[in-house]
Amino acid sequence: MTKVTASAFDDVQRETLRAIAAAMIPPCRESGLPGADDPAIIGDILASAGRDTAALVGVLDALHSAAGGNLDALRSAEHGSVLATFRAENPALAGVLELVIAQCYYRDDRVLLIIGMEPRPPFPKGYEIEEGDWSLLDPVRARGKIYRDADDGRAS
Amino acid sequence: MTGTANDPVDVLIIGGGASGAAVAWSLADTRMRILCLEQGDWVKPTEFPTTGRDWEARQYGDFSVSPNRRGLPEDYPINEDESPIKIANFNGVGGGTILYAGHFPRLHPSDFRVRSLDGVADDWPISYETLEPYYAQNDEMTGVAGLEGDPAYPPKSVQMPPLPLGRTGAMLGGAMNTLGWHWWPSDAAINTQTYDDRAPCINLGHCLHGCAQGAKSSTDGSYWPKAIRARVELRTRCRVRRIETDSDRMATGAHYVDPDGVERFQPAAIVIVACNGVGTPRLLLNSASEQFPEGLANSSGLVGKNLMFHPYGQIRGYFDRKLDAYRGPRIGAWSMEFYETDASRGFVRGYCYQFSRGLGPVSTATAGMADGLIPWGEGHHAGFRRLFEHSAGMVSICEDLPEEINRVTLDPQLTDSDGIPAPKITYRLGENSQKMLDHSIARATEILKTAGAREITVKSPMPSAGWHLLGTARMGLDPQRSVVNDWGRSHDVRNLFIVDGSVFVTAGGVNPTSTIQAIALYVADQIKARLHNLFD
Repeated sequence: MTKVTASAFDDVQRETLRAIAAAMIPPCRESGLPGADDPAIIGDILASAGRDTAALVGVLDALHSAAGGNLDALRSAEHGSVLATFRAENPALAGVLELVIAQCYYRDDRVLLIIGMEPRPPFPKGYEIEEGDWSLLDPVRARGKIYRDADDGRAS
Repeated sequence: MTGTANDPVDVLIIGGGASGAAVAWSLADTRMRILCLEQGDWVKPTEFPTTGRDWEARQYGDFSVSPNRRGLPEDYPINEDESPIKIANFNGVGGGTILYAGHFPRLHPSDFRVRSLDGVADDWPISYETLEPYYAQNDEMTGVAGLEGDPAYPPKSVQMPPLPLGRTGAMLGGAMNTLGWHWWPSDAAINTQTYDDRAPCINLGHCLHGCAQGAKSSTDGSYWPKAIRARVELRTRCRVRRIETDSDRMATGAHYVDPDGVERFQPAAIVIVACNGVGTPRLLLNSASEQFPEGLANSSGLVGKNLMFHPYGQIRGYFDRKLDAYRGPRIGAWSMEFYETDASRGFVRGYCYQFSRGLGPVSTATAGMADGLIPWGEGHHAGFRRLFEHSAGMVSICEDLPEEINRVTLDPQLTDSDGIPAPKITYRLGENSQKMLDHSIARATEILKTAGAREITVKSPMPSAGWHLLGTARMGLDPQRSVVNDWGRSHDVRNLFIVDGSVFVTAGGVNPTSTIQAIALYVADQIKARLHNLFD
């Protein structure tokens, strides 16, 4: 199961994460979606960074430093911002941020309900998908054999 | 090396994955005493990701396909710094079948005659016809869903109806028809109805990270229960350090570390290696001795060389219409349109497409952000809505040609938790493979545009797609150009057999598990047929 990792982060790192999460996924008044800086979602991120904990701590420290300790400078992802520059220059590290934030944001009950998913694990209920119409294969059948015989190599 | 000695067995199998399970089951009817040592453990279906709300997150944790990412006690580290394609595997009962997609194509007849037909690489010493009865036997044991009559193959049977087409299959199939190109429902090791007391698929959609329903056939549920009922012994959490030999150049057994960390020696009359294309050369190289200074069974110098992946291209499109998304097996249909050699394409050999359904919300968001289709900030939600439940695509599985420069060696520093030297991968994409990948991306783009895609993203080669580990202990008739003979026995050590993907002479352009298992069953039959003079 997911390992609890919240104790790995100090207060500055938590506040830095909160600022970045809000900049990455802000709330949406129109749909009612929370922002990724919602307290429950931030708590989930901090508790479940798992194998990415060390990398995440490093990214948060680097961004806090890049912002000169000014968290307000991390609240925007617009072109030219600290975050936009960091993303462009460090796509792998930006990927760590995107993963740890998105994997908690998109399992929050409120978010799932608004995007049209039932807030449940796939098992045991599963899902339905359409069987389809196998007559779609008629043209493929009509074309006939396409593999090569191994003895003489001639395709039919 | 010393260690507590166990009672001897007739047959020692190293590795309890796809091939180890098959060879164990087949040999069980000899009534020989058979033991399998597996470094991992049984996996409980209740622990698979789809049983939890964090099902998507857990694909990056204990059920990641990357052993370096998982880093579990049963995993060994792999130095893959010198490879653009990273290793994917699973260490446990069932091996790679725990985390495979269940895509279950066979090789084609032409794959066994590559030199004769296309003038490259080497012919196999066996043919499609040699393996056909074992493919069929393996299909029966596995349970294959599919549709008979695929014009890309010689006639073959399936056990169950195919996986549902879904909206994705119908859309992509329609596009293929417009282009006049081959497509067909995939042979899948996924139950579409109850088979062999295993339940049918309920479209959990996360097959690559373990099937909680048990509908995906993995050898922990197919072969192993039957093998164990037939008195094969399977010891888990036992990691083999090296195979021992005597002055007659015969294998005498294997040294291993038991679950309590105790070094043991397991004597055996026959040793069968089933650790696949990285684990097998690692073990043989780690078994070097005075008699075998370059590694066991390595008089050819080819142990570890000719490593073949299947370079994967991933092509994903985004559509206006709502598709299957996270529901249903990721696989569903394949295309063999570009499988056979056509010199006008600028490369030899070919590839298949494995069509794929969509993604869950986490993967949609992370892939969308990485691809620049979902922005950070105000546009995030609108970007997400455009992609979620609106994607479909395919991977191209390209045939890699054997090249000695691509290899598995022992890392001089890196070891596993028991101090056993770890493997190092040295691999670069060959010119033919690169041309093939490029061709597959161009044709896939055509398919997706024909289907109506408004945005298309490409990953080529897919970096984390080193699932298929082939060729590092190749089969052949010439002891100077191969490691095992045409029935899987080492040229150098007459009671040592290899039954996994490392014996592949060429890779073909399809997922290899059904062929790996067919070879294991074939070698088992060869052993049974020659028991009276097996070591001659």
